[in-house]
Amino acid sequence: MPHLENVVLCRESQVSTLQSLFGERHHFSFPSIFIYGHTASGKTYVTQTLLKTLELPHVFVNCVECFTLRLLLEQILNRLNYLSSSEEGCSTEITCDTFNDFVRLFKQVTNAKNLKDQTVYIVLDKAEYLRDMEANILPGFLRLQELTDRNVTVIFLSEIIWEKFRPNTGCFEPFVLYFPDYSIGNLQKILSHDHPPEYSADFYAAYINILLGVFYTVCRDLKELRHLAVLNFPKYCEPVVKGEASERDTRKLWRNIEPHLKKAMQTVYLREISSSQWEKLQQDDQDPGQLEGLSAYTHVELPYYSKFILIAAYLASYNPSRTDKRFFLKHHGKIKKTNFLKKHEKTSNHLLGPKPFPLDRLLAILYSIVDSRVAPTANIFSQITSLVTLQLLTLVGHDDQLDGPKYKCTVSLDFIRAIARTVNFDIIKYLYDFL
Amino acid sequence: MATSSVSKGCFVFKPNFKKRKISVPIEEYFNEGKNESEDSKLRFETYQVIWQQMKSETEKMQEELNKNLFDSLIKFLQKSHSGFQKNSRDWGCQIKLREIPTAALILGVNVTDHEFTFRSLTEAIQNNVTPYVVKLQARDCPDIKHFLQKLFSQLMDCHVDVESKEEEKDIQKKTHCSMDSLSSWYMNVTQKTDQGKPRKKRTSSQWQSPPVVLILKDMESFTTKVLQDFIIISSQHLHEFPLILIFGIATSPVIIHRLLPHAVSSLLCIEIFQSLSCKEHLTTVIDKLLLTTQFPFNLSEKVLQILTSIFLYYDFSIQNFIKGLQLSLLEHFYSQPLSVLCCNLPEAKRRINFLSDNQCENIRRLPSFRRYVEKQATEKQVALLTNERFLKEETQSLLESLHVYHTNYFLVLRCLHQFTSSLPKYPLGRQIRELYCTCLEKNIWDSEEYASALQLLRMLAKDELMTILQKCFSVLNSSSEKQLGSTAKRIEELLAQLQSLDAEVKEEEDASGSQSKGLQKTDLYHLQKSLLEMKELRRTGKKQTKFEVLREKVVNFIDSLVREYLLPPETQPLYEAVYFTAAHTLHEHLNAAPRLALHTALNNPYYYLKNEVLKSEEGCIPNVAPDICIAYKLHLECSRLINLVDWSEAFATVVTAAEKTDANSVTSEERNDIIHARFIRAVSELELLGFVKPTKRKTDHVARLTWGGC
Repeated sequence: MPHLENVVLCRESQVSTLQSLFGERHHFSFPSIFIYGHTASGKTYVTQTLLKTLELPHVFVNCVECFTLRLLLEQILNRLNYLSSSEEGCSTEITCDTFNDFVRLFKQVTNAKNLKDQTVYIVLDKAEYLRDMEANILPGFLRLQELTDRNVTVIFLSEIIWEKFRPNTGCFEPFVLYFPDYSIGNLQKILSHDHPPEYSADFYAAYINILLGVFYTVCRDLKELRHLAVLNFPKYCEPVVKGEASERDTRKLWRNIEPHLKKAMQTVYLREISSSQWEKLQQDDQDPGQLEGLSAYTHVELPYYSKFILIAAYLASYNPSRTDKRFFLKHHGKIKKTNFLKKHEKTSNHLLGPKPFPLDRLLAILYSIVDSRVAPTANIFSQITSLVTLQLLTLVGHDDQLDGPKYKCTVSLDFIRAIARTVNFDIIKYLYDFL
Repeated sequence: MATSSVSKGCFVFKPNFKKRKISVPIEEYFNEGKNESEDSKLRFETYQVIWQQMKSETEKMQEELNKNLFDSLIKFLQKSHSGFQKNSRDWGCQIKLREIPTAALILGVNVTDHEFTFRSLTEAIQNNVTPYVVKLQARDCPDIKHFLQKLFSQLMDCHVDVESKEEEKDIQKKTHCSMDSLSSWYMNVTQKTDQGKPRKKRTSSQWQSPPVVLILKDMESFTTKVLQDFIIISSQHLHEFPLILIFGIATSPVIIHRLLPHAVSSLLCIEIFQSLSCKEHLTTVIDKLLLTTQFPFNLSEKVLQILTSIFLYYDFSIQNFIKGLQLSLLEHFYSQPLSVLCCNLPEAKRRINFLSDNQCENIRRLPSFRRYVEKQATEKQVALLTNERFLKEETQSLLESLHVYHTNYFLVLRCLHQFTSSLPKYPLGRQIRELYCTCLEKNIWDSEEYASALQLLRMLAKDELMTILQKCFSVLNSSSEKQLGSTAKRIEELLAQLQSLDAEVKEEEDASGSQSKGLQKTDLYHLQKSLLEMKELRRTGKKQTKFEVLREKVVNFIDSLVREYLLPPETQPLYEAVYFTAAHTLHEHLNAAPRLALHTALNNPYYYLKNEVLKSEEGCIPNVAPDICIAYKLHLECSRLINLVDWSEAFATVVTAAEKTDANSVTSEERNDIIHARFIRAVSELELLGFVKPTKRKTDHVARLTWGGC
């Protein structure tokens, strides 16, 4: 089939496997096929084009959209219904709540003349979402052929291996087909395939070669690469358009584009700068360094006491509670670090992550680190709650809310140091890890 | 209740709603409370008028402040949509990923103010971009199903089309709100408006299919899964459902990376918009509402201090600040009978004529007025204290001078702020509100900071001095009233003199230049000598340049201005009528301390119950106190774990000491039971209040949950 080969590149073996599995139209195919592979390895694209070019009756459903069972089943049935009755043009909405109903209704729908004598394909994209639904769904779809006694094949598409799907109770094993990642050669071939009409294929291929040289180490996602290729192509063409270089002058073009691509890797690729902003920068010929990315805005302005609450929470999270006496009591005597080291505390608390602490400890530390006297007003308590909604603190556990809520501090050391600096509080001196 | 029926049976009586709904009109509250309330109705009306003015002023101001942000946001929304629209055969557009345009709106941590911003933003978008604006909150969307349902129902509400409303309701019920049905609904609606109302469409938006703007109010609180799923789903439907997201972010945009993995965030085209910082916002509010003679109402130093510290220390919330201002306004009109005079000058003068005898007495009782009277000649004193008419005339003139005082006060304050705001280390504060507070509190020229500020001013360079003077000049000119006209002229003169100095200064520089040249050539000994000579010269002060003389003049001039006009308000007679001073009440209302109040109630029941029997010395337990108080006081003496038996014994001892006299009637056993029951009740009440909780570590023990005094 020469036509198919032009559209689907670098997936010849998978296509032929699938084709041989499908067989002739009226043949019974394998009941369920499980296709998996990394992001953008062509699973969806290959399946879809194959089914379309072969003009097989099929239903394509994306499981992300069907967050309830009912949505999923109704969507399949309604589309099938539409397929079977397309000539008459009228169709009613089918309602279906359970898998049992689905099997019954499925039989009815596929009884139609134009579906009767051929294999019907149901493709479930992002099949990993099926695992979160009712337990009977996945095994049910796996042996749908047997349950309905119809010529039907269910194809699952997923990024996760089959072993992670297999239910405890056992099930019908599908035919598992793996789509390996594209190699760099494959990527080059596919990306150069859709070159812009104004430029020659060779010119574009050279560009793709440079692009892959920069990005291949960090990104093998075909979609992303294509996106980046389009975004940066105008910059590559710039010398040619201006007449400074010819299309064959690859070295000059390379020198022009390479630093630009490296910058793109740090900004657009990470979505620090949006694509449209990037394009605008290119048009205006500005230095992308001027525009501050998302991560540049780390500064958070907080009310005075909130800062201290956050600092107190941080101290409570990362200091063992036994050491509080040493840090916050005036006449604690000389306690050396080695004296009260327990075995498990020898590792840095910052490596272990924040520990939960009760509200009372937070307030006690707060009172001792704030210079002026703080009354435990309603405002202080509401500040703690609002820090929780800002995700700077998190509430741990859900019982015991009335008499002893526990919190964790989720901010980083750098963040808390920046906060502490604004209130002239030397937090390092109070941290057990840095003693 | 009676029925007219002869048969027996149950009858349903609907409650009579009319009777219940009779509510006291708000102004009546003004009558209650204070028995000496004079002109309470008038006071309430004045309050309402002033508050309305203040409110509209703040709204206008907020609109102006938000204008910049909204303009750029709307531009972004329009632009991102035009990208959708083109959709052309352009080679790039076909291959490029279709990203969802996303605006990350950084609003600051004052979450209470966000609601207002979002409301006006919605309005602005609806007027300028698209009728389809949906606002979602994290707590409404625990999962994707609810998310879509909310989105669906709000979208339906946006689209006001009465005839199709019913039909849409049906759709909503039937289809379970999947993204499919959503986009098909959208197609339907846009096509309908295309055919049906081409006129309206053109006015509201210039595109065929207006985008749908979805505002997520609190980005931080959304769960990762819901957001991820929604973004994945909607990016697949983007070509038929033009969605634009607006993330309301309180902390920093890094949260986007924390919530969304790269696979999802690569579906977004994020641009950042930052709103005005709330501290700047506060400065404008104070500037527009307090540092102006537009409103007769003023705050005393303590009150202003409380309001700003609540803002800066606790919540950063402008809404709360304005609420606090409203509360002090209300409290002022409620508690101060003479607040009738707190209105614009002509009206106040008119009102004075109608003051009752009682009110005249009130005026005489004012401390500031008494001070004023004492300074007058004897005949005038007598007249003021006895003659009502004379008093009224005098009051009118006093009010007038109070008004003049305020006008001058704010102008001079602003001038002084121009001078002090550029000094190193800001001895008098960087913000005008800090300066205002110090000026309200005391004679500012007595403070050390003022002296050091003047010291620094004497070292200003010429160009700095000129710019400051120019600013002062424009401040003085900006006011319509001509009270300080002569001052403005004086400043102009000083400026002119400074400018004319230019030529002389040049000469001066030449001279000093030659001198330094001379220094270079000498050896160390000579250098030392000449330096000593220079020092000597400086000490004698002979060698003051003309500029220095002039600078001294300027500083002295400013100093005299301050001493003349920035007198604290207490020095002005009748200031009580327009200044709200009850800082304590405000503090109690705005900065409540629940733990403290609870502790006081339990530790010292007399404070709230006002029963003389309960009056007791510190530390001892009055045996007639409520049971819970006794139990509470006893538990304060215990450590972490409390033995219930001991506690109950102690409780019984305290209680029986009180009841010995009337205990004859009941047998001791019965009485013990009763005391036991009372004890159990008290303990469970304490448990409910969160002071103790049952523990499993020791039998018959409860754990204490609080420590320290409160």
